[in-house]
Amino acid sequence: MSKYAANTAPDVSWKDLTRACDIYEPATSEVVETGDWRVMKPVIDWSKCKQCLLCAPCCPDMSIPVNAEGKREDFNYFFCKGCGICANACPFGAITMVKNKD
Amino acid sequence: MAIRERLSGNEAIAYAMKQINPDVMGAFPITPSTEIPQYFATYVDNGEVDTEFIAVESEHSAMSTCIGAEAAGARAISATSSCGLCYMTEMLYIAASDRLPITLAVSCRALSGPININNDHSDAMGVRDAGWIMLFAETNQEAYDNYLMAMRIAESVNLPIMICQDGFITSHAIENIDLVETEKVQEFVGERPLDHYLLKPQETMAVGAYATPVYYMEAKRAQAQAMIDAKDAIRKVSKEFGDMTGRYYDLIEKYEMDDAETAVIMIGSSAGTAKEAIQDLRAKGHKVGLIKVRSFHPFPDKEIVDAVKGLKAFAVMDKDDSFNGHCGPMYAETCAALVAAGVSAKAINYIYGLGGRDVKVSSIEKVFAELEEIAKTGNVGETYRYLEVRE
Repeated sequence: MSKYAANTAPDVSWKDLTRACDIYEPATSEVVETGDWRVMKPVIDWSKCKQCLLCAPCCPDMSIPVNAEGKREDFNYFFCKGCGICANACPFGAITMVKNKD
Repeated sequence: MAIRERLSGNEAIAYAMKQINPDVMGAFPITPSTEIPQYFATYVDNGEVDTEFIAVESEHSAMSTCIGAEAAGARAISATSSCGLCYMTEMLYIAASDRLPITLAVSCRALSGPININNDHSDAMGVRDAGWIMLFAETNQEAYDNYLMAMRIAESVNLPIMICQDGFITSHAIENIDLVETEKVQEFVGERPLDHYLLKPQETMAVGAYATPVYYMEAKRAQAQAMIDAKDAIRKVSKEFGDMTGRYYDLIEKYEMDDAETAVIMIGSSAGTAKEAIQDLRAKGHKVGLIKVRSFHPFPDKEIVDAVKGLKAFAVMDKDDSFNGHCGPMYAETCAALVAAGVSAKAINYIYGLGGRDVKVSSIEKVFAELEEIAKTGNVGETYRYLEVRE
């Protein structure tokens, strides 16, 4: 039985699931891919981005990481569901929603 | 030495609970199961048990209480009837799919309407797809015995279990009963085997996770396997119980089936009435028998198929109607088992005893008379029948 959610992938057999999908570890939100059903995805144009950081707190998940220097980095598509809030929040048109082709 | 007593079915269940001394009870009163938490609350108040008794505001909350307690690692119990069981339904599914071996005593009662407080099986049958193991008792003794076996069975497959008896007919009737000594009960029931539970030190745990479509079916398949495995668990625990008490139980009980030509299949207290009818008919030379179903879920499919092989005709008796226009739930399950085994049979379905309608020895004799007519003529006629309804 795969004990950890981190090791549980969509090819897991019913025999290897934890009982009742119970979770035996903390902070599984960091290891479980929640961006796998995205239809649209945000793409950033760095030439337009002013690092105003209005986008980062708008993200309902953890898809816009901000580094130690206080600069936003590229999208984390492991979590991004393509909701498009960031694209709406950006005052400079630096974020465009495009069709997800992954 | 076993203790000879005289107890009602509800008292017998409450006494079994007291002997087991579980950790948590969440319960809400409803006729005819009210006495169970009432007696048990007295034990709690007298300090005869260590159980945390939680007086909740509804059956939905009663089952929620049990779910939380059982997930935490406790042994949790409840008792209910009729619309109380209906009101628990949402949480019954959670208990089963979270694989929590809760024990629920059910004193079966009709559902409204018309409003009725008497016995039939429409409450228990209404929640038959919730994923619970369901054992039914013919007598107070069986209700007590099933209860003593319940936790061992449930905990060995991580599924919740319902211990059903007939409301009023056994729940309120006082019968002679053999009780097991409390020390023996505690040794037999033992401690709940625990691997993962919420209050386990050094392990973070989440119960009741969300499963996306890629995982949900696998989780359900695993749950289905637990119910398949429950058949062996029931047999194993029942054998151990028999070795301790001399009272042996199986998934089904066959009564006068060795040379039977016609038979009835039924659940609950009316099986006792059928036994009386069978004795009377056998004295007159009729080769009649009974298959009493103790475990409704898991359904004893192969066992019933084996038992009905060679019968000229039989009737499946449902104390409930599915209102699907053609049969009750026991008949549906029995016929599915027969088809899967490639066995054809002359089988009719009787809906009987609804809302406390008295089932007499003569009622069962009427069923056998119909069966013997079918055996003689080979003509089954209408399979969906109501027993002794006024035309």
